Amino acid sequence: MRDRAEALILRRARWRPAEYVFWLLAFAALVLFPDRHLILNEIAILALFAVSLDLILGYAGLVSLGHAAFFGFGAYAAGLLAKHAVAEPVIGLVAAGAGAALLGFATSFLVLRGTDLTRLMVTLGVALILGEIANQAAWLTGGADGLQGVAMDPIIGVFEFDLFGRTAYAYSLVTLFLLFVAARRLVNSPLGLSLTAIRDNPLRAAAVGVPVNPRLVAVYTVSAAYAGIAGALLAQTTQFVSLDVLDFHRSADVLLVLVIGGAGYLYGGIVGAVLFRLVQDLLAGLTPQYWHFWIGLILVVLVLMGRERMTSGVAALARAGVDRLRPGAGRATKELRP
Amino acid sequence: MTPALETVGLQKRFGGLIATNDVSFRLERGARHALIGPNGAGKTTFINLLTGVLAPTAGRIRLEGEDVTGLRPEARVRRGLARTFQINQLFRDLTPLESIGLAVSERLGGGWDWWRIAGSKGAIVDETAAIADRFRLTDVLDARTGTLPYGKQRLLEIALAFACRPRVLLLDEPAAGVPEAERHELLAAIAALPREVSVLLIEHDMDLVFSFADRISVMVDGALFTEGTVDEVANDPRVRAVYLGEGTDA
Repeated sequence: MRDRAEALILRRARWRPAEYVFWLLAFAALVLFPDRHLILNEIAILALFAVSLDLILGYAGLVSLGHAAFFGFGAYAAGLLAKHAVAEPVIGLVAAGAGAALLGFATSFLVLRGTDLTRLMVTLGVALILGEIANQAAWLTGGADGLQGVAMDPIIGVFEFDLFGRTAYAYSLVTLFLLFVAARRLVNSPLGLSLTAIRDNPLRAAAVGVPVNPRLVAVYTVSAAYAGIAGALLAQTTQFVSLDVLDFHRSADVLLVLVIGGAGYLYGGIVGAVLFRLVQDLLAGLTPQYWHFWIGLILVVLVLMGRERMTSGVAALARAGVDRLRPGAGRATKELRP
Repeated sequence: MTPALETVGLQKRFGGLIATNDVSFRLERGARHALIGPNGAGKTTFINLLTGVLAPTAGRIRLEGEDVTGLRPEARVRRGLARTFQINQLFRDLTPLESIGLAVSERLGGGWDWWRIAGSKGAIVDETAAIADRFRLTDVLDARTGTLPYGKQRLLEIALAFACRPRVLLLDEPAAGVPEAERHELLAAIAALPREVSVLLIEHDMDLVFSFADRISVMVDGALFTEGTVDEVANDPRVRAVYLGEGTDA
């Protein structure tokens, strides 16, 4: 009995064959698709950004419409560092991640209280504020012209960035892989379990001794660091930063990516990033002006089909919206279901 | 010996309404004590005061002699006061194994471990398996809680409180809504609670009260109406009048 319990709980964390295949393919793409490295690099960065959002949305149940705040902060941090101080990329990544973590920690206290709607508005607000600061501080960021003159040194002094994105993809992929493995450990740890518990029922989580708010602060901080590193990767591999990194569409896109791939199992962000970018590429080739029409249609169909892996955050939000439309129906209905 | 749990002159007002009226109550160590009363008698308010969900207007609450009146709910849990909920408060997406393991690991101080795979600490697994076994959850260890039969969910409800290793356990209508076929398991698990845990049972089900409790307190209109052994209360004509009159076949 005891051994069965142990086997069952340890089984959650075991690497499955499909996962090995997935990562082998991702690394094999370095050799297999030499002319696609630029887009693969973008996918890897978007995937890391989506994994970051999955940590707070898919696991802890914190919705955000402003995750680009951390992505953009990381991008500017890495760009400015390279331009004015150190142009070695790995140092830049660590610094950008640490800076974004600080920003995440500071703003996490804003999302602890309130409903999903408040969280959406607060996160959106933080991203808007940062976007405007970056716009106004043109002396530092280049404003609307973007941050020019970012030139990166070779990675750890050895691997030079090339025009075809080969080094860039390898660099982003290795970063994604290492951070993914860490995130995978985290979500399968006792701390990760407590996050899911908080998402499901914060009242009961507190009643069994989980310090709810400190855990949310912790995961929000980690998520912000991940997003910052994703932004730094973009700045370093494109050697350019524009206001676009803080734009609302980045926050919306990454949410879309997670909905497409499915939240709450980490691979959703990666699968979603691949699909999103490939579909975007395909549709933009077919109908350059209308690709948003198609992605919108896909989104609507996907959500209405009620996918199993639909993010519980978005689903809860939809429920809350429906409840609000139905007079007299309170939140308690959710709990009454046996 | 100091009682396991004690209230002195406990009062709660909601505006003009007195929901709890000067309740002085003792739960002795190792007791099997039931609190009964008609609907609206203030039993749930009383529980919320004991656990710290509500703050009393007046009066004190002592847990094993220590005044806990001003402590937050979590702090009372850490001092050994756990409760179950009348309406299930479970983690729907976790399995019973994960839910109990979580409660045990938080209590044993492993809750912040983020690099360690859950289940890799022997002591936590040992205790989790023992609790699952005690509450007859071994056959559904790995099923999503949201998909469990209602009776199993009620068992998990108690198991989660038990995983906090309480010295005082408040059971808020543990058998409410459980279908007849699933009741036996639940009642057996409640009957088998270890003797050193003092239990206060809030219940409407008179069969359960009479089979489980050795003492009964009756609450009416927010005040303690009477208290005594099972026989005393069952044969008290005034109690029959206010409460048992609903079902005198007991």
